[in-house]
Amino acid sequence: MSTFIGMPAARGTGDLQGDRPFPQAAHDALADQQLRRNLGYATATIRTKRAQVVAEVEDWEQLREAGRQIKAHVMARLPELLEQLEEQVTARGGTVHWARDSTEANRIVADLVKATGSDEVIKVKSMATQEIGLNEYLAAQGIAAFETDLAELIVQLGHDKPSHILVPAIHKNRTEIRDIFLAEMAGVRPDLTDEPAELAEAARMHLRAKFLTAKVAISGANFAIADTGTLGVVESEGNGRMCLTLPDTLITVMGIEKVLPTWRDLEVFLQLLPRSSTGERMNPYTSTWSGVTPGDGPSTFHLVLLDNGRTSALADEVGRAALHCIRCSACLNVCPVYERTGGHAYGSVYPGPIGAVLSPLLTGMTGGHDAPNDSLPYASSLCGACFDACPVKIDIPAMLVRLRTEHVDLAGPKTAEARSMKAMRWMMSSPRRFALAGRLSRLGRFAVRRGKPIVPLPPPLNGWTQSRDVPVPQGQTFRDWWLDNHGDAR
Amino acid sequence: MNARDEVLGRIREAIGESEELPIERTYHKAGARQAEAADLLELLTARLIDYKATVLRCADSDQAIAAAVTGVLSAGSVTRLVVPVGLPEAWLAAEHRQPDDPPLTLGILDRAEGVLTGSAVAIAETGTIVLDASPSCGRRVITLVPDLHIVVVRAGDVVPTVPDGVARLDPSRPLTFISGPSATSDIELNRVEGVHGPRQLVVILAG
Ligand code: SF4
Repeated sequence: MSTFIGMPAARGTGDLQGDRPFPQAAHDALADQQLRRNLGYATATIRTKRAQVVAEVEDWEQLREAGRQIKAHVMARLPELLEQLEEQVTARGGTVHWARDSTEANRIVADLVKATGSDEVIKVKSMATQEIGLNEYLAAQGIAAFETDLAELIVQLGHDKPSHILVPAIHKNRTEIRDIFLAEMAGVRPDLTDEPAELAEAARMHLRAKFLTAKVAISGANFAIADTGTLGVVESEGNGRMCLTLPDTLITVMGIEKVLPTWRDLEVFLQLLPRSSTGERMNPYTSTWSGVTPGDGPSTFHLVLLDNGRTSALADEVGRAALHCIRCSACLNVCPVYERTGGHAYGSVYPGPIGAVLSPLLTGMTGGHDAPNDSLPYASSLCGACFDACPVKIDIPAMLVRLRTEHVDLAGPKTAEARSMKAMRWMMSSPRRFALAGRLSRLGRFAVRRGKPIVPLPPPLNGWTQSRDVPVPQGQTFRDWWLDNHGDAR
Repeated sequence: MNARDEVLGRIREAIGESEELPIERTYHKAGARQAEAADLLELLTARLIDYKATVLRCADSDQAIAAAVTGVLSAGSVTRLVVPVGLPEAWLAAEHRQPDDPPLTLGILDRAEGVLTGSAVAIAETGTIVLDASPSCGRRVITLVPDLHIVVVRAGDVVPTVPDGVARLDPSRPLTFISGPSATSDIELNRVEGVHGPRQLVVILAG
C-alpha cells in the first residue's frame, strides 16, 4: 500500500481542479459536433506526423529508456540536485526563490514585478504559471499579463480556457480563430482570411510593439541543468526568444521536478521532446541560459522553484513517475477519450491521460462521489495507447488503476462503486484479464440498445453502472479498435 | 520554517532513503555515428530545406562565403546587414555592414534589413544550427529582431547527431538552437512558417 493517504497536507492549489466531475463535463463536450471535428482532425494530423518522425529514429526505444532512467534518477536525488541548481544559478548571477504552493508562488512573482516598477509583463507559454493561476493573480494586483504564444493568445483573446498542454487552442479551427482575431484584436485588417499564414502574421503585428517595449517577462522552463545552472525553453514561434532576450528582468517559474543532473542529459530530451510533441525532428527554437550574461539579454534573472503538491505526488511510490512527464502531449493526442471530449472536460490545466493522474496526485482526492478530481482516474478505457506513446515510458494505466483503488478506499466500504471496484481491481490488476473482460462485455452487446441496458449487466459490473453511463459496446473494444486503427502508435 | 527548507524537507520525507539509480545510455552516443563529410552536408541541406530555410552551398573559403553573401544581398535588394563584432572582415564589405558596436538599439534592429552571423555547431540529423553568443554569432537579440537572418555554417562545425552537438557546446554561454525560420503548430497542428522570429532564414553552407 502506498504512503499517499497518510502524508501531511501539502496539496497542490490553483487551477488544478474543475467544478464538476468528468462524466458531466464530458457530456457537454460530446454534444459539441464542431469541437469533436476540430479535435479529431488535429489529433489525427499530429499522430501521423509523430509516427513518421519517431519511426526514423533507430534508437528511439533506447532513448525512451534513458529518459525514464534519468527521470527516476532525478526523483531519487531531488534534494541534492535542487541545491546544486540553486548554487549554480546563484553563482551565475540569478536569484532562486522557493514556493510551497500556488499562493506563495504568485505572491513572489507579483512582488518581483512590482519591484521593477512595471505594471505589465509578457509571458511565454508555461504550464506551471497556468497551474498556479498567475495571470488572474497578477490582474488582481493591477499587473497586466500578455500571453505571447499564438495558441495562448487565441485563448486569451477568446476569453476561453486552454484545452491541451501544447496547443491550448486545439479546440478551435482556423475559421474560428479568424473570427476571434476580427472581434478582439485591435487594429487587425478587416479582410483577414483564415489562411494560417495570415493568422500568424496578424499575431506578429499584434505583439511586435509589446515585445520591443516590455520590461519584464515571465516564462516556464522545460528543464534546468543542476551542474551548470542552465535553464531551457523549447518553443516554435520565437515569442519565447523575445521574452527571454528583450526585457530587463526575466522571472522563470518551474516545477521542482524539471531539474536534470547534467548538461549531457539534454541530448536525450532534445531528441524525445520535439518528435513526441509537434512531430518535428526539432522545434524551430530552443534557448538555454545560465544566470545572466552581461550585455546579452536580461540583467536580472529570478528562478521560482514550485512545489504545489509535487512532494505529495512524490510520496506516492506509483504516482511518483507522473512527475517524469516532459509535457510533450503525445498521450493526449493518442487518447481515444481525449479525442472525443477535449481538454476542458478534465477541469484541470492538465488534461488527457497525464492530467487524469497528475491532477489528483497534486491536489489529492477526497473520496467524494462527485469530487471532480476523484472522477478523473475513471476518464480512461485503460487502452494503453498513452503508455506506448510516452517518451519517458510513464505507465499511466497502472497509475489510473492505483488511483481508482485509492478513491474507493477513501470513499469507504458502503458505496456500489466500492463493491464493483473490488472486482474491477482484481480484473484490472492484469492487462490480460482486462483485455479479456473487454471482449466479454463486447459479447454482451446484444443486450444493450441505444445506451440503455435492456438487461442489467451481470454482477459485479451492475454496481458500477448504477453511477455511470455504460457506452453501448461497439463491435470492438476500445483496445481492439485502437490496435486496428492506430497500429502505427508506438 | 522557510519555504526552501520546508520544500526540501518534504522531498526528503517523500523519497525516504533512496539509493542512487543508474542511468544506462544504450542509445547512440556522441561519436557513435560516423558519416562522410559530403553525406553530412547533404543531410543537413535536406533537413533545412524541409523547414523552408534557403540553403546556399559554397566552398569553405572567405572569398566563396563573401561571394555567396553578396549574391543574397543582390537577390533580395538588401544593402546593409547588421553584423556582430567578431564577424570575419572578409565576409562582407564595410559599406554593407551595420556593426553591433556600440550595441544597436531595438528600434534600429527592428528597422534593419537583415543580419549576418556565423554559427557554433550544426546538427545534420535534425537540421539544427546553434548560435553561442561568441564574437561571430553576436548578442542574441541581433539574430532575433531583424526579419532576415543569413547564417554561415562551416563544414567543420557540422556534426551528425544531437549528442554530438550537445557535447560540443558550452552551456555557460547563452545558446540558441535554430531549426528553420520561425514557425508555429498552433493552428490545427500544422506547421506554418513565419511568426515572431526571423521569417527568412538563409543558410550559407561552406564546405
Ligand atoms: S505523460 Fe508522457 S506522453 Fe503524456 S505529456 Fe507527459 S511525457 Fe508526454
